Amino acid sequence: MRAFDYHQAADGTQAIEQAVRCQQAEYLGGGTNLVDLMRETVERPRTLIDVTRLSRDITDTDGGGLIIGAAATNAALAGDARVRRRYPLLARAILSGASAQIRNMATVGGNLLQRTRCAYFYDTATRCNKREPGAGCDALEGFHRYHAIFGTSSSCIATHPSDMAVALVALDARVHLRGPAGDRQLAITELHREPGERPDLETELQPEELIVAVEVPPLAMAVHSQYRKVRDRASYAFALVSVASMVELDGDIIADTRLALGGVGTKPWRAWQAEAALRGQPATAATLAAAVDAELAAARPLPGNTFKVELARRLMIAELSQRLSDARNGGDA
Amino acid sequence: MSALDTGRSGDTQPAGVALAGDYWRPEGRPDPLGEKGRSGIGAPLSRVDGADKVTGGARFAGEFRFDGMLYAALVCSTIANGRIVGIDTRDAESLDGVALVMTHQNAPRLNTPPVFLRAPNGAAGDDHPIMQTDRVHWNGQPVALVLAETQEQADAAAESIRVDYAAEPAMTDFAIAKTQARQPDNVLGGPAEIRVGDADSALAAAAYRVDATYTTPRHNHNAIEPHALTLAWVNEAEGEGETLRIHDASQCVDLAVASLAEVFGIDISRIHITSPFVGGGFGGKTLWQHQILAAAAAKLAGRPVRLALSREGVYRLVGGRACTEQRVALGADDRGRLQALIHSGVAAMTRHNNLPEPFFQATKCLYAADHIRLSIDVADMHMLANTFMRAPGESVGTFALESALDELADQLGMDPLELRARNEPERDPTSGLAFSSRQLLEAARAGAERFGWSERSATPAGRHDGEWQIGMGCATATYPYMRMPGAAASITLTPDGATVGIAAHEMGMGTATVQTQVAAARLGLPVEKIAFRYGDSRLAGSVLAGGSQQTAAIGGAVIAAQRALVAELLSLVDEHSPLSGLSPDEIECRDEGIGAIGDGSRFESYRQILASAGRSELSAEANAAESQELGNWSMHSFGTIFCEAGVSAVTGEVRVRRLLGSFDCGRILNAKTAASQFRGGMIMGLGMALMEETLFDARSGRVMNPSLADYHVPVQMDVPEIEVMWTDIPDPHTPMGSHGVGEIGITGVGAAVANAVYNACGKRVRDLPITLDRLL
Amino acid sequence: MQWTINGQVREAEVDFRTSLLDLLREQFQLSGTKKGCNQGACGACTVLVDGERINACLALAVQYQGREITTVEGLAEHGKLHPVQAAFVEHDGFQCGYCTPGQLCSAVGMIGELERDLPSAVTADLAAGQIEWQRDELRERMSGNLCRCGAYNGIADAIAAVLAEELGEEIAR
Repeated sequence: MRAFDYHQAADGTQAIEQAVRCQQAEYLGGGTNLVDLMRETVERPRTLIDVTRLSRDITDTDGGGLIIGAAATNAALAGDARVRRRYPLLARAILSGASAQIRNMATVGGNLLQRTRCAYFYDTATRCNKREPGAGCDALEGFHRYHAIFGTSSSCIATHPSDMAVALVALDARVHLRGPAGDRQLAITELHREPGERPDLETELQPEELIVAVEVPPLAMAVHSQYRKVRDRASYAFALVSVASMVELDGDIIADTRLALGGVGTKPWRAWQAEAALRGQPATAATLAAAVDAELAAARPLPGNTFKVELARRLMIAELSQRLSDARNGGDA
Repeated sequence: MSALDTGRSGDTQPAGVALAGDYWRPEGRPDPLGEKGRSGIGAPLSRVDGADKVTGGARFAGEFRFDGMLYAALVCSTIANGRIVGIDTRDAESLDGVALVMTHQNAPRLNTPPVFLRAPNGAAGDDHPIMQTDRVHWNGQPVALVLAETQEQADAAAESIRVDYAAEPAMTDFAIAKTQARQPDNVLGGPAEIRVGDADSALAAAAYRVDATYTTPRHNHNAIEPHALTLAWVNEAEGEGETLRIHDASQCVDLAVASLAEVFGIDISRIHITSPFVGGGFGGKTLWQHQILAAAAAKLAGRPVRLALSREGVYRLVGGRACTEQRVALGADDRGRLQALIHSGVAAMTRHNNLPEPFFQATKCLYAADHIRLSIDVADMHMLANTFMRAPGESVGTFALESALDELADQLGMDPLELRARNEPERDPTSGLAFSSRQLLEAARAGAERFGWSERSATPAGRHDGEWQIGMGCATATYPYMRMPGAAASITLTPDGATVGIAAHEMGMGTATVQTQVAAARLGLPVEKIAFRYGDSRLAGSVLAGGSQQTAAIGGAVIAAQRALVAELLSLVDEHSPLSGLSPDEIECRDEGIGAIGDGSRFESYRQILASAGRSELSAEANAAESQELGNWSMHSFGTIFCEAGVSAVTGEVRVRRLLGSFDCGRILNAKTAASQFRGGMIMGLGMALMEETLFDARSGRVMNPSLADYHVPVQMDVPEIEVMWTDIPDPHTPMGSHGVGEIGITGVGAAVANAVYNACGKRVRDLPITLDRLL
Repeated sequence: MQWTINGQVREAEVDFRTSLLDLLREQFQLSGTKKGCNQGACGACTVLVDGERINACLALAVQYQGREITTVEGLAEHGKLHPVQAAFVEHDGFQCGYCTPGQLCSAVGMIGELERDLPSAVTADLAAGQIEWQRDELRERMSGNLCRCGAYNGIADAIAAVLAEELGEEIAR
């Protein structure tokens, strides 16, 4: 790790001032991803601006949603009684990620901006377009069992590793941003970019722009939402495939649904196609199969991760079936 | 835990312990300590080093300090074969705190180290020159070393070094290398091919046949303590020259001393290694380049050095288990009796080491086939030398063999345990020797009963629990008994007790605790009065913590030292002593002294003898008897592993729900630490079965998951409550009647899991690890 | 810079690059806290900060100034082993001992989380205010601490024994 300067910011505004003033500055949250990448020399900032003094409050909005300070820890968010009651998929997604120790350190803002776990991204002895645009991608013909089947390009197939982001994407959360040009909001589904020709550009954040909060809107059906993660061991591993799901029934008709996937996308993957194919349709096995097929039509697997198509199919159907069954039984999970 | 017998039947114990003698001879007398009911033997004593380990008081090798110590960091190659054509160290040298940058251009001249299993004193993983030339032999080879005042400075300097290479063609694809495989000149010192009868013809003629290929990937030990050492060249005494003083994490302090002495061209007396605590070894904590480079750099810089490998560094510098492709072919008659048994295949290796992954080891002794053919070929690759990892050979070999047995049982419609019982041999099927002790069927029977094996569905996919398909599988476990030459021990008696010293190791196996118990029982002293010293090259003897042989090796040495001590004690007593005129064979140790066997009136305490002789202490040292038992019998531990696994019908995820090991390893010396050894091995087997794989990029020869985040080992949530039990039947021909228990636990587990998965869902997986994509 | 470590105020000037783990091990020679991977993947470096468990290897020392840090050396009080330490010895919750300090600090932190009814990934009903203390809960919660020797059963037994003592009844399987 090369030497760097360190500043602690009292709030978001000060953080941005410091970032503008310093060369090659990066914001430091819990450090669970950035410090690791600095040791690997993948990240080489000249300055770290510690943003853990930003708000970590979790506050109610008028309509029954929540605003989460970006510095709230993953553990605090998952343990919040309102989150557990209103958005159980969010608590479950967070608790399915990493370890208790890391969840105690990692911040909400940092979690959203964590970088891929692609082995070739981590190893500076190999080629990676995300690290070094134009260098080439050694994952395409290398180990890519963990890699994406959605949103990929010929430049990059790296998976976004966050579990929490998958739940937030399903919930249509909004990120509150602050930058040199002022404050703005962005739908979280718009925060992350697909790699295209520029896999190094991972989000729509502008230079020095900072996530200061995440807002989760109220959503009645989320009370019965769930998150299921499938991985290579029983705990403490990144997702092969994960599914965030919820449904609302109107008689035998699927009135509404939210479906998002982890472990399969270059960004946290909202299953828009499947959702569209489910809404307003009868809650039958045929509907589910058609919806899942609609989503998977866009999958572009490689030899090492072809299994994810079948796994995602089975997991989506199993999860949606379970949600429907729960909804029919009065919503008791 | 459900030991069949944990040595608690103490009420019938004899008063004293006679000296052990010629247990290794066919007509010899078993070690009396192996008899049932011996006080202390088998007792679940908590670890003697427990308090140190739970308070942070245990100091590991990378936690010692020398004044003026520098921190080291390494730069490793990024090509698998070729030459270094340029190293730019200018940036590194200009950074704060940097004291030395060492490359092949300025490293001191070093001799090539002797290689494990090739040279008698070899502890090194390979015979490559160490930073002596511009050659690169594997992707990850150290090419530069930095010393700096702090670790942060050393790391940053190492990162700033630019190395240019001229790459040459490299064999880094096992799929290609195996097509050019060769027969090695030996496998663990024995032949690379073994034939009994004509297995190929017998196979062709058999009524029932299984002929399948099984593959196992590379594995890494992943001891939680990364390799680390702290060393200094010190002047111990005026005019004696420098001594290389090393705090190392080592499972072979004496072999390491001998090898380092050759590398540096100095006398072995000038090197002193201590290693009192080792944070796990599993075969990996031997001699690799980092110790040699640290010592060379310390010499060059004239200052002490701490070198702690990063986790990635361990993957780059310390070899692991080689990948294998194995064929097992079984031919049987309609009653399940094996007529042909073929176990052959190929393992990755390099031309610079000597360990063909010996996957046929277990097959040599397990089944009474009429015709047997075993062979191992090696595929030479440009890679870091592979090495021993827990039960080399047996761990991956039993996966193939015991999976094939299960396939045969399935074909025959026979219970897999019954199939194994029908092929239980009278004598070792390849050596022809009688078994010293083989209670496999008893272990299997007891294990099956405890596990509820009878509830297994005879046909696959017969049991469900929600989305989970439930199955049971079993497999035989086995690992050889060994007692390597070179062991010696010292015993020093004082009025307060005894100190036993031996250059052996404690990496968590429980050695310090168990040997304290054994010495106490042998000497007739309470455990509180025994100090067991180990992990120091200047102690007596040379004992490798490997091959599950340490317990026996120490046992044999202490037996010899005790005899020498008793002879010394008898030589001290005068004619008025009640012991006068007795010979060692008439003596037993009891009640903190020695007495005549069976005669309570003839006794003197150690304290009395020392006092009468005016001695404050008395020492004796002796070499263990030659391990002739290994030539007289086929000596192995056995067991049966039982597994109940769930396979998700939705996702293919496998969860091991229950795991039981029933073992036959002679006398168990400490029910608590032995249980932990068994379980620990079984958990590593579970990892091997379900998740472990070192990803070796066939294009570059580079390990792509050199981290504990990406190389999955089992976590707490993967591991069910594991039952272990044992026959506790002494082997009459070993010290204490016991066998080592460090490695057998991992054997058989891969197959037991695979067989349970088959029973659960009807899918036979012949390639490890059994990840969910193989079951979708 | 200043930290409170095991109840004592300690000061040092350190490189910004220095992790809390290296601060403990190299500056203060509190080597009980272990370095197993230096990348947050093994848990051997687990310490308690203001009572919460974290991985000291991923924590920059500078970021933790002024905080209360408890390491394995600070678990025992007045020379008496912490109940979790004693239970680890009794139930053989370790072999080589290298992951042990992290396991112990993690266990102490985890028991606090259970007492505060914080959920885990295996908590069936996340909305429930009270967490049932059972073996799967503690196994999931301890999964951030790798043990290559495979002392997991002993670790779980040890923690279950401590919880049972607190609860006054056995921990459900």
